[in-house]
Formats: sequence, structure tokens, C-alpha cells
Amino acid sequence: MTDLTVARRGTTRTVTFVVLAIIAVAFLLPFAWLVIASVQPGAALSAHLDWTFSTANFRAVLNPDTMYRPILNSVIISGGTALLTVFVAVLAAYPLSRYQSRFGRSFLYIILFSTGLPITAVMVPVYAMYSRINLVDSIPATIAFMSAASLPFAAWMMKNFMDGVPISLEEAAWTDGAGWFQSLHRIVLPLMVPGLTVVFIFTFVLQWGNFFVPFILLLSPEKQPASVTIYTFFSQYGQVAYGELAAFSILYTLPVVVFYSALSRVLGGAFSLTGAVKG
Amino acid sequence: MTSVAPLEAPAVRALDAAPRRRPRNWLVRLAPMAPALLLLLVFFAGPMLWSVYTAFTNLALTGSSTVDFIGIDNFTRMARDPSFLHSLELTLIFVVGSAVIGQNTLGLLIALLLRGRSKVARAAVTGVVIAAWAVPETVAGFCWYAFLYRTGTLNALLGHFGIAQNWLYTTPMLAVIIANVWRGTAFSMLVYSAALSEVPPDLTEAAAVDGASGWQRLRHITLPLIRRAIVSNLMLITLQTLATFGLIYVMTGGGPGTASQTTPLYMYQQSFKFYQLGYGTAMALVLLVVGALFSVIYLRLIRLED
Repeated sequence: MTDLTVARRGTTRTVTFVVLAIIAVAFLLPFAWLVIASVQPGAALSAHLDWTFSTANFRAVLNPDTMYRPILNSVIISGGTALLTVFVAVLAAYPLSRYQSRFGRSFLYIILFSTGLPITAVMVPVYAMYSRINLVDSIPATIAFMSAASLPFAAWMMKNFMDGVPISLEEAAWTDGAGWFQSLHRIVLPLMVPGLTVVFIFTFVLQWGNFFVPFILLLSPEKQPASVTIYTFFSQYGQVAYGELAAFSILYTLPVVVFYSALSRVLGGAFSLTGAVKG
Repeated sequence: MTSVAPLEAPAVRALDAAPRRRPRNWLVRLAPMAPALLLLLVFFAGPMLWSVYTAFTNLALTGSSTVDFIGIDNFTRMARDPSFLHSLELTLIFVVGSAVIGQNTLGLLIALLLRGRSKVARAAVTGVVIAAWAVPETVAGFCWYAFLYRTGTLNALLGHFGIAQNWLYTTPMLAVIIANVWRGTAFSMLVYSAALSEVPPDLTEAAAVDGASGWQRLRHITLPLIRRAIVSNLMLITLQTLATFGLIYVMTGGGPGTASQTTPLYMYQQSFKFYQLGYGTAMALVLLVVGALFSVIYLRLIRLED
């Protein structure tokens, strides 16, 4: 290697580093207000630091009406959706993973396409249908719809994870006369716990932040999750308490952060959608 | 694929190539899919099919009990509705600007720059980018609202240049596009990181030895190799961006006026504020068709590359 290429490589490294640093800072900046406003008593919409800190904003939002009930609703809705989705997706992924030759790639592409169907577009007809059969403002019905909406992508990820479990392990069980359920339950599932965790957390986090679906389907405030109350609560009153809004936002975002760190811990820091969206 | 070499007996080969196991019949085989199909049929395909019918009616939530079949009136009304056409135009600008150009390019750029970086640098950059993605939609909207506000962080930084203004009011479309790039880049970055990790390094190294520039290596070796990931990514982010509602709704509410009212927001207004469900559903169908058109275009473009 000549001196020139070494020198050039050094410059490239520096440029790369600077560009990456700029990107990181640019991605962090919009969070600045959130963090600063949450700990300042008289916070406004500016990220202005006046060096007076207090936990007043956090104390103000930590009460059943503002915080606990919406968060509990979020846990019920996102948790219910994630559980139902994982359960149904595992079952659906089994034939997709095990009998590929029959289904073929095109079928999987249809699934991939339907994963992205604009949910917003489906919402109006779903609302019309729900209002006809009196399912509007029902938490179980909302969970059912959210599960159906998360299912295609979950099944797609699940199929890719299941492909990683060698089929030869199952062959022995088959010769012993085990049915698909036993084979799935005893052999495949224990080997794909990381995959199950990823799909569960992915679905949970996505629904935790879902605004539009509960905004349309759940009308009574005591049933709405945090994603909706944060909007209605803080936009209803003329004078917005921005400090409290920021404190609420942070507390509401916290579970997501915890889940993501847990995920990268579980998967040994290798968390990416590598296994999930290879195509 | 199984590791059994299909050389020995034809019977072994048959077993290896066709169904690896022989279930009694296809019903048993597909049984595990039943719950999924049921869920999708009732909550997805059902409403969709019903929406195709509703789009041709004057269904409204105003209490009138009669629903009349009005043919393609909803669609001709759309074609003549300047607010709808305006919203469709804004939607296309939003999708192309924030997804196709913004998220896609920035995600690829970050993935490329992160190749071969230290573990710490990778963790720091991906952590920050993923944080923007993981934050709930409403919180992301509030963050950007405050960031771009007249007294917000951006103006505090730009204050010295004398161009401080309420960016949500003066450049609403640019504001929501940038916010959506910020929010969605993580997905493209993850997809491209995964795809790039499967590109054998010796290929690009060999090209470098032959004197190919960085751009040439990217254009002629790396990009063709991750072609499939590009299509999947473009398809998914286009469809997601097409449906974006919460972020825009929280940041600008479609305003000022209708300056950032994309089709999902207009559809929401027509369906749930003016109770025109039939008209709203017809718009939903148009959105779905636009999504399908984008997907067809991507698949075509990649074919041509072969």
C-alpha cells in the first residue's frame, strides 16, 4: 500500500466520522426541548435553559386521570395486540416456512405487500363496519383490528425466524408420528425464543405509539391509550402546560426505551431487522 | 434447503425436492393458518371489500337511514374537488420527498458510512437514529412542533442569522417532510445495514485494486447486489408514508389553511368531521391504488436493471 492511499484513507475516515457526528447531532436536536422543558417549572415552547430545575412537571402528571389510566390502557391494548399477533403469526408462519415449495415466493410477496397497506385507508371502512355492528369504543374489538393489521408483517418476520430452525430436527419427530402441533410446540418454538421476543416487542412498541387506530375506534376518554390522551389532553385547554406535556411524553416513551434496550441485550447487541426483512 | 445430497435413490430425491413431509391432505397442512386467515378476512379483507361497495354509495353518518347506490358519483366528485386534488398533490410531494428521496437515501448513506466503523460509533449512531423511530408518533409530533416553533430550538440556533420564523407556518410541507425523514430513516438504515452485511467484501476490494472509484464500486457492485433490499424497502416505506396521519396532524393539523393537508388528513376531515363516509371510503380506495401503482413502478424499475 502506498503512502498516498494510506493518507487518502485517513482523510476518508475523518470525513466519515464528521458526517456521522453531524447526523447524530441532527437526530438528537429535536429531543432537546423535550428534556429541557420537562425539568423546568415554567417551561414554554423554547429550549431555553434558565437553570432552575424541578420535578414539579413530573409530579403534576403522576395521577390516575392524566397518567396511570391511559398508561394502563396502553399496556392492555398493546400487550393484548402483541400476544394475539404472536400467537396467530406463529401458527401462520409454520406452513409458510415448512411447505415453501407449494406456496412459492409470489405468495410471500403478497404478504409483504399487504404488510404495508396504508392502515389509514382501511380505517374509514373499518369504522363504518364497526359502527354498524356496535363495536366502536370497544377495547377487545380494537385489539382484534390492531392484531389483524400487524399480522402480515409479524407473520413475515416469524417465517424468516422459523426458516432458521433446521427442518431435520423435526424429521425425527415426524417419523415418531408427531403431528404439526406437537412438532411446532416441542421442537420449533423452544428454538426460536429470540424470534418470538423480537416479534412481540416489535408489535408492542409499534402499537404503543399507534395514534390513529385508537383515535378513531375508541371514543370514551377512560378507554383511550396514552397515545391518544396525550393529544386530546394537551390540546383541549387553551393554555397548554408545556412542561407537563414534556414530562408526560418522557414517561410515556420510557417503556419503549426499556424494551429496545432489553431487546438488544437479549440478542447480544445484534438487534437489527437482519433476520426479519431480508426478503 | 436440506443438506441431504439428492444423488442416491430417486425416492430420496423426491422426498427432498417436493413436500418434505407428506401430510394427509392440504387441509391439515393449512390448518395452522386458519386463525390468521379468519382475522384477516374479518378485519381486513371484509372491510376492504365492503369499502369497494361503500365507495359507490352516499353512506353518511348523519342519521339518514337510506343508503343509495350512486355509482361513480363519489369518484367524479373527487375529480372535480379542488381540495382533494390539492391533497393528492401534497401526498405525492410528501411521499417522494420524505420516503423515496429522504429516508431511502439517508438510510443508505448511514448504512454505508457505518460499515467497518468501531462498535462504539455504530452503537451511538444507530441508537440515536432508532430513538427517533421508536418514539411514539404523537411525541415525535410534539418534539418537532416545539423544535420548529417561533421561539423553538431551531430558531435559537439560527437566531444570529436573523431568519427566525415559525417554520410550521411559513414552510409547513418542508417541515413535515423533514420530520418524517427524521422519524423514518431508521427503518431504511436497518434494512440496508442487513443487506450490506451480506455483500462479500472481497468483491469491492477486488474492484478497488482494479482502480474503481468509490462511486463506481457503489454503482456497479454494491447497489446491484442489494437490489432486492432496495425494492422491498422502497415498497414498505412508500406505503407507510402514504398513510402518515398522526405526525402531520399533531404538527400542523393540515394547516395553515390546507397547506399541508395530505389525502389521509382530508379523508379524516370528510369522513369524521363532515360524516361523509362514502366519499371518505372512495378516497381510501384511491390511496390504495396509488400505493399499488408505486409498488408496480418499483418492481418494473428493478426488472429493467437486470
